[in-house]
Amino acid sequence: MIFFDHISTTPMDPRVMAAMLPYFGNYYGNPSSHIHAMGIQADEGVQKARGQVAALINCSPEEILFTSGGTEANNLALKGLAAAYGGRGKHLVISEIEHFSVLNPAFTLQNQGWEVTKVPVNPCGRVEPEDVRKALRSDTSLVSVLLANSEIGTIQPILEIAKVVKDHGALMFVDGVAACGNIPVDMQTLGADAVSLSAHNYYGPKGVGALFLRKELTLEPLMEGGFQERGYRSGTENVPGIVGMGRASELSREEVGQRSEHLKALQKKLWEGLEKNIEHLHFTGHPRERLPGHVSFWVEFAEGESLLLFLSQHGVMAASGSACASNLKGRDEDDLVISHVLKAVGVPTDICQGSITFSMGKDNTLEEVEHVLSVMPKIVERLWAMSPMYADYLKQKH
Amino acid sequence: MADTTRQPYSAKVMEHFMNPHNVGEMPDADAVGTVGNPVCGDVLRLFLKIKDGVVTDAKFQTFGCGAAIATSSMATEMIKGKTLDEVRKITNEAVAEALDGLPAVKMHCSVLAQEGIEAALKNYEENQRGKKAEG
Repeated sequence: MIFFDHISTTPMDPRVMAAMLPYFGNYYGNPSSHIHAMGIQADEGVQKARGQVAALINCSPEEILFTSGGTEANNLALKGLAAAYGGRGKHLVISEIEHFSVLNPAFTLQNQGWEVTKVPVNPCGRVEPEDVRKALRSDTSLVSVLLANSEIGTIQPILEIAKVVKDHGALMFVDGVAACGNIPVDMQTLGADAVSLSAHNYYGPKGVGALFLRKELTLEPLMEGGFQERGYRSGTENVPGIVGMGRASELSREEVGQRSEHLKALQKKLWEGLEKNIEHLHFTGHPRERLPGHVSFWVEFAEGESLLLFLSQHGVMAASGSACASNLKGRDEDDLVISHVLKAVGVPTDICQGSITFSMGKDNTLEEVEHVLSVMPKIVERLWAMSPMYADYLKQKH
Repeated sequence: MADTTRQPYSAKVMEHFMNPHNVGEMPDADAVGTVGNPVCGDVLRLFLKIKDGVVTDAKFQTFGCGAAIATSSMATEMIKGKTLDEVRKITNEAVAEALDGLPAVKMHCSVLAQEGIEAALKNYEENQRGKKAEG
């Protein structure tokens, strides 16, 4: 069994689980119960984790708000900042390749009277800072661009984009879910006002995430209640999850360099092998500015879900942006034809039916890459042999 | 360790996907129908050999997902040996049922098979009219 789908989730590091376990058992206190030892102990767990997450992205602990995951962090940022700062103007700028947890809140804001401008990406999936500049208006109060896209792996030039946004006086939100913990991210240089993180994307537990919110800023909460997380996110804390996120953050901070080096070696081997062994294969995303261990592509005349099913029969688990591989109910029917990300980078929709994303993790090996390279050509040829478009192509060729 | 035998489709769908029946071109086909699925972009080309009002052979080529390939395969099995009237009555629901069902979000894939049959039969009628006109 080869897991090449770390962009969907990562296996939890046993060291993370070890840190969490006591908080499922003996340390069951409520962090709000400051008056007794059990509560204090739980609160200390949460505060230690806050420090660990803050250290990962180089910010102050009080700038970290824990949430139930990346989706909540993205919703909280978009809707919360929009509610708090909409008075400055109700124009939101986002990129065309945002995750659904940004796209859909943006859509909701639109229904509430906001205007939304989507900035295109170049064929490598990069947002050009100049295009952001052109999209900004006098009533633009918020800009949202993701740090890395999960489907095509491209890392955005956030520093340059944030500078443009800052010069204009708008707020910059960055969906960092796919990137934080996997590449070094520094809040002192990034220039973002808010950034989301998700623990299970970097060997932590599911069901916990965080939002970095710059000290000077405020936002309207989605959840109101007993003032946990300084009132920005009420509800008794998911203490074991938060502790796990803290430990995962600490490990990522210590190991991100060596993980990256390992993943880049795997990435290079997989990339070069696919390029050499498979005809009609087109890589997606940026060739260099991409998540380590992330290789994405599409193959002419071979549908994405079919490729995945055959790969899975060979013990390889990967992901696809294929319309048919998802159970997404798009906002409009166009969303079903091809993912909005592939559309944005301009893949031809008649011969491309979904890309494949191989996303490797710290525990994958070169042998596993070799196995994938050995089965891929057979699978592609099998699908071509079934495809009417490939048959037509061969006839045209001869 | 995860249970690696878990599949997104029924065993029958997987069987027809992994080892589809009647794949390939039929150079001497009496009818050919090519249809595209407007929902997801899948393409099916269905070839029929017809003698005395009975489908004696069927082949297909499909560019599409697992459900599209499996329903194409099953459809060719279901129409072989049937009269044209019987073939006309085959619905996408019947094809999906013969595969022990499809996930709800994949039902649109089975429409491809039904439309492929309709297109092939239409092509057959056109060919027959053409022959009569020539004769």
